[in-house]
Amino acid sequence: MDVAALTFLALGLPFVAALVAPVLTRFLGQNAAWLLALAPAAIFVHFLRFLPEIAQGEIVTGGYAWIPSFNVSFSWLIDGLSLTFILLISGIGALIVLYSGGYLKGHPQQGRFFSFILMFMGSMQGLVVSDSFLMLFVFWELTSITSFLLIGFDHGREAARRAALQALVVTGGGGLLLLAGLLILWNVSGITQFSLLLSFGADLKESPFYLAILLLVLGGAFTKSAQFPFHFWLPNAMEAPTPVSAYLHSATMVKAGVYLLMRLNPVLGGTPEWQILLPLFGVTTLIAGAALAVRQTDLKLMLAYTTMSSLGLLVMLTGFGAPHAIEAAALYLVAHALFKGALFMVAGIIDHETGSRDLTEVGGLRSAMPLTFLIALAAALSMGGLPPFFGFLAKEEIYYALSSFDRRSIVFASLAIVGNALMFAVAFAIALKPFLGPKQSTPKSPHEAPVLLWLGPAILAVKGLSVALMSGMAHRLISSPMASAIAGEPRTVTISLVPHVGAPLLLSAVTVLVGVVFYFNLARLRGLMTAILADIGWGPDRGFDQFIGGLVRFAVALTRRLQAGRFEIYMTVTFMLVAVVLLAVPAYYGELPRAPFFAADVPAHELAIMAIAVAGLFAVALAADRLTAIVSLGIQGFAVAVIFLLYGAPDLSFTQFMIETLSVVVLALVMTRLRLSPSDHRPLRQRVPDLAVALACGLGFGFLLLAATGVPFDATLTEFFNDHSKSIAHGANVVNVIIVDFRGTDTLGEIAVVMITGLAILSLVRLRAGSLKRGAEMQQPAAEERA
Amino acid sequence: MKSVIFRTVAPFLTSLMMLFSIFVLLRGHNEPGGGFIGGLIAVSALAIYGIAHGVETVRHAIYFHPMVIAGTGLFFATVAGLISIFVRVPFMTGLWVYPSFIGVEIPLSTLMLFDTGVYLVVVGAISSIALSLEERGGE
Repeated sequence: MDVAALTFLALGLPFVAALVAPVLTRFLGQNAAWLLALAPAAIFVHFLRFLPEIAQGEIVTGGYAWIPSFNVSFSWLIDGLSLTFILLISGIGALIVLYSGGYLKGHPQQGRFFSFILMFMGSMQGLVVSDSFLMLFVFWELTSITSFLLIGFDHGREAARRAALQALVVTGGGGLLLLAGLLILWNVSGITQFSLLLSFGADLKESPFYLAILLLVLGGAFTKSAQFPFHFWLPNAMEAPTPVSAYLHSATMVKAGVYLLMRLNPVLGGTPEWQILLPLFGVTTLIAGAALAVRQTDLKLMLAYTTMSSLGLLVMLTGFGAPHAIEAAALYLVAHALFKGALFMVAGIIDHETGSRDLTEVGGLRSAMPLTFLIALAAALSMGGLPPFFGFLAKEEIYYALSSFDRRSIVFASLAIVGNALMFAVAFAIALKPFLGPKQSTPKSPHEAPVLLWLGPAILAVKGLSVALMSGMAHRLISSPMASAIAGEPRTVTISLVPHVGAPLLLSAVTVLVGVVFYFNLARLRGLMTAILADIGWGPDRGFDQFIGGLVRFAVALTRRLQAGRFEIYMTVTFMLVAVVLLAVPAYYGELPRAPFFAADVPAHELAIMAIAVAGLFAVALAADRLTAIVSLGIQGFAVAVIFLLYGAPDLSFTQFMIETLSVVVLALVMTRLRLSPSDHRPLRQRVPDLAVALACGLGFGFLLLAATGVPFDATLTEFFNDHSKSIAHGANVVNVIIVDFRGTDTLGEIAVVMITGLAILSLVRLRAGSLKRGAEMQQPAAEERA
Repeated sequence: MKSVIFRTVAPFLTSLMMLFSIFVLLRGHNEPGGGFIGGLIAVSALAIYGIAHGVETVRHAIYFHPMVIAGTGLFFATVAGLISIFVRVPFMTGLWVYPSFIGVEIPLSTLMLFDTGVYLVVVGAISSIALSLEERGGE
């Protein structure tokens, strides 16, 4: 198979795996993880083949025209940036699948979990390789939806449901902003593909719509990547099972926003707005995240808040504009993915094996879990930016970019030092505190984790070391192409483990020093942060609740005003509007039709059928009870169906017959259900206006029909279908050919609507049944008392 | 419904109508008929059976939950459209094969699958509504 077909296959593979996951899990239990992990592993191997090509500065694109009339394609773009991302997603994805096998061992919903996480993986990898805007957007929202499913996986708990909804509202809403931004971008440039956008850079920045595009795109990116003040959903997302958190934070969802900013950097970046907004929001997030992380004692929450600060750092570097800032962002992104994935999985292991993940409740685990300790230590060394780990290289590059001694650099460098030092302290708090010190009693007696659990973090930790040791190769294959893709021009990353004496090293030393001080004063810092936050009080998380509460109250008030809940009012208003539109519009334009023209030679049987229809009409109006009225309505419907038949529309009349029959049946069922009074007891005062509305509607439709038949018939379509239905669609029945062939997509939409209507009515009936049953149960005790 | 004649006739009537609905479905491409009408006829058949013998009997007789039938139909219809991907033509393009069975050429197409999907959606969705209403009416 050629590369394009394989790539297409790779994009679909996670979804296929998601489809079979529940079945596999039913038969194999947690061992299904080994099989399922093959899917991301295969994708990883497939994309590895691109490495040499991409390293030489080439860009691979492919795909097919999706909606050619709108110039929308389903196409991918593989350059240094997307390749790095997809390798992280599929590589870490494989490890996460293995880890979930161990973590959710014996969980009754494990199959469903595998299914969700594989779908999530598929959406994420689709997102990063998308070349076309629309495809990016579709996958972007898919990640929001699948992460909603994952965060709310433990749907029995209210906190999980709330967190899932919150994440969906924030990231999905941001996605809509992004869509608007992309649409403007499309309109301004006329381009729907990122690969073509590169050649458009300068004009776009001078466009009057530049600021609108920028703000909308940033709205999408900042919500997805949890930048302050949209950060609150990220720590709440910790309600998800730990494998999800590990994946979400290391390689996928939250990096999507950063990915987008990096992808658009060559096109939108470099302007004053870009260089002010991104570093400003980034550095705020960096400091806020680190400060919030210190306050926590829950391992997962500490890690979550440090992710937030790392994302802030990445956004800041992407927008900073100094030489080497882009390279630093590229290096840090990879380093962060490796150590954060490992640390999260370690946190999960501790939680899984001891029953607690609170720093104050676990301690002295080093003898029981030596391997986990080693992994945690390796990851923390990378996170703290110490040699010989990859985090060290990233941090050196960051300080290299920030140490140019102008005022802006000095401010940002000092803020970065504070943030990094706090992260350093948190990293070692996570890696050391649970393992050192006196042994504490925990809900479960700790022992070393099974292979499914430790394999993933171990590989990631070793990777963090090996990539740093082989930095030359890593830079050539990964870092340099990635930095070049972000910058939009060739860049070479050269940093190695041998430290350069100079300002960066000094800043690095200061960071470590401050970090060590922070580490030993963690308890005091925690108290301080708690006090500060108590003083601030109101936070975006509470604000979200208030916003949603307000929205619901507003909706309720509006609904109460617009929809009083009385069906006849809706009906009257609707039909009055119809009558007014049908009568007033032609009257205004003076286009009321002339008096109808009757042919003298209408055959007797046609007249008879028309008479039946009219008779049915009177029967409805004069019926003594409702059931008779419904059946009489049927008479008239059947008469109309016969008229259709006489005028050569057998399909239509066929359908009309069936619909009439069924609507009589359904109406009769509903009417008997409602236990209405059998006959109509309304006073004349109500009957007369209803009659007027009905007559007006009838008159209006009559006029409409007369006017429509008065226009000379345009036979273009008739001729087209008569000529082509046999030759193109191999069918002689034009009506059916139109329904299933020429306009098949419409029909697909319609039957989806039919199905959804059925579901809605079913649930309405069930809902009423449920409330009736509850009502009966509540009445029953009362009845017993009386008895 | 208590009428003995109706109760006796209903199963035969229902079977005949079911058969007829499938006939209408299959002839649809060249003669009046098709998935929508066929589906409606099938629903009427079920409604007759339901009125005569009660909802439980119908539910038992059709074995699957009506919504499952509707979902299957929607799936069929979507698959019928998606098959076009594998032959690199736009979504929903009708594809035909003419296998020969005992010397008779039988035209088969994705449109047939699509129309069957329409049929199943109509049968499932509308009979689910009718059955649930009828069930409530019986209490």
